[in-house]
Amino acid sequence: MPDLQSQDYIRRSASTLTPPKVRNHEAEVAKLIDVSRCIGCKACQAACMEWNDLRGEVGHFEGSYDNPRDLDPNTWTLMRFTEYENDKGDLEWLIRKDGCMHCEDPGCLKACPAPGAIVQLANGIVDFDSEACIGCGYCIKGCPFDIPRVSKTDHKSYKCTLCSDRVSVGLEPACVKACPTGAIMFGSKTDMTAWAGERVEDLKSRGFEHAGLYDPQGVGGTHVMYVLHHADKPSIYAGLPDNPRISFMVELWKGALKPLAVAGLAFAALAGFAHSLVVGPDEVQPEEEAHGRRLFGRKDPDPQPEPKDGGS
Amino acid sequence: MTAPEGTVTRYTTVTRLNHWLTAICFVLLMLSGLAMYHPIFFWLSNLFGGGQWTRAVHPWIGLVLVASYAGLVVQFWRDNFWTPDDEAWVRKFDRVLVNDEEHVPEVGRFNAGQKFVFWGMALLIPVLLFTGLVIWEVYFGGLTPIWFQRFAVLIHSLAAIAAIIIWIVHVYAGIWVRGSLRAMTQGWVTPGWAWRHHRKWLRQLAGGPR
Repeated sequence: MPDLQSQDYIRRSASTLTPPKVRNHEAEVAKLIDVSRCIGCKACQAACMEWNDLRGEVGHFEGSYDNPRDLDPNTWTLMRFTEYENDKGDLEWLIRKDGCMHCEDPGCLKACPAPGAIVQLANGIVDFDSEACIGCGYCIKGCPFDIPRVSKTDHKSYKCTLCSDRVSVGLEPACVKACPTGAIMFGSKTDMTAWAGERVEDLKSRGFEHAGLYDPQGVGGTHVMYVLHHADKPSIYAGLPDNPRISFMVELWKGALKPLAVAGLAFAALAGFAHSLVVGPDEVQPEEEAHGRRLFGRKDPDPQPEPKDGGS
Repeated sequence: MTAPEGTVTRYTTVTRLNHWLTAICFVLLMLSGLAMYHPIFFWLSNLFGGGQWTRAVHPWIGLVLVASYAGLVVQFWRDNFWTPDDEAWVRKFDRVLVNDEEHVPEVGRFNAGQKFVFWGMALLIPVLLFTGLVIWEVYFGGLTPIWFQRFAVLIHSLAAIAAIIIWIVHVYAGIWVRGSLRAMTQGWVTPGWAWRHHRKWLRQLAGGPR
């Protein structure tokens, strides 16, 4: 929100200075998605479109309940359906609401080259400031969850904002408000973790011995968490990463290489400057001019009277 | 442009135009690329009309550079073959550095340093082209797997830094060796310049050793 000074940034993309972060007395928030209570009604998807005024183009049926087929600039959250056959040979219908996980250590923010285009608020929300976005798609490379999508129309990157506009005035995200089964809960991260604990206990008592909370520590934890009945294998939920972390290639590109590269360029330039001070210009001497002329100007071996051919 | 009498033509008009087109492209690519590489250079994006314009125009300039450099390759590759003379020259590089060219073996049209710049760029520019295409979001954004995009953007940065360092060496050499810049702007050098820096080349032009 560029026009309302929020003053509660804890991180700001492509910035070497401390962001305005004075308003830091804020509880970290979290959205908890209880996969075991989801009925796949897509009310959350509809509410997201409704609140954010998003209407994607109508696509085609491609043999799956997933609709649309994938996240796109107009689809910030998407129900992903998986037919999973468990160890006993029974079919389980796994439904996962996909969208930005609001990582504590956001890969998108790390990769972003535009100052302030991606910010992390003190409450943990990772938000895109579209005014500053340059449309390079680096956030896609940084994201371990394959979430951001760059629009082909306005060349801005989009993803779930965790309804930062609603949360900033004390409302829950639109998807949370719309969920009819209480599968999506919103509150402080502490409360949501505690609530997830109760849910996990309940699931375990009902035979899901590997039930657990998905709050991946590889990205420092997330502000969107899942309760999974099979927390031992998150990837069965439509490819939820088992152990997400920022790729080492992104870490290298945006980590060690940046200062090394600047140092390398500075060194090259300074070495040249120092050389020019110590050794000075390499100039042709008069006797070399004479040698050269004797060799080259066979036709007229005598020195030309005028005009002279410059000094070098 | 007519060269003064008694001077040696080093670069034709076509070569010079080709060189400076490449140079303009390279400088623009460097400025726009650095703007998108490190936050301390982001202000350079203002030269291109802001971040969106910088991101949009950079790949197109890159394509022009590729075509332009291909022109230089066509014109220069024959004179840039690595020869035993170049090894001898490299071994005397300490003499080169202190302007003591009397004790440096005679060189042809290009010395080993110039050949290094030529082949360095000839290697890096295709690398920059292919990795750049992979990360050209507007047209090729989703066409390759994500790990390959990450690899491409890393290699693109590394290759760009290497190319800029080579460029710094190239520019400084042009300032250091007086008379080189005029060779590339006006096209000619004095016989003495050719005698001092590229004696073998001058002998060839004069029609064999003397």
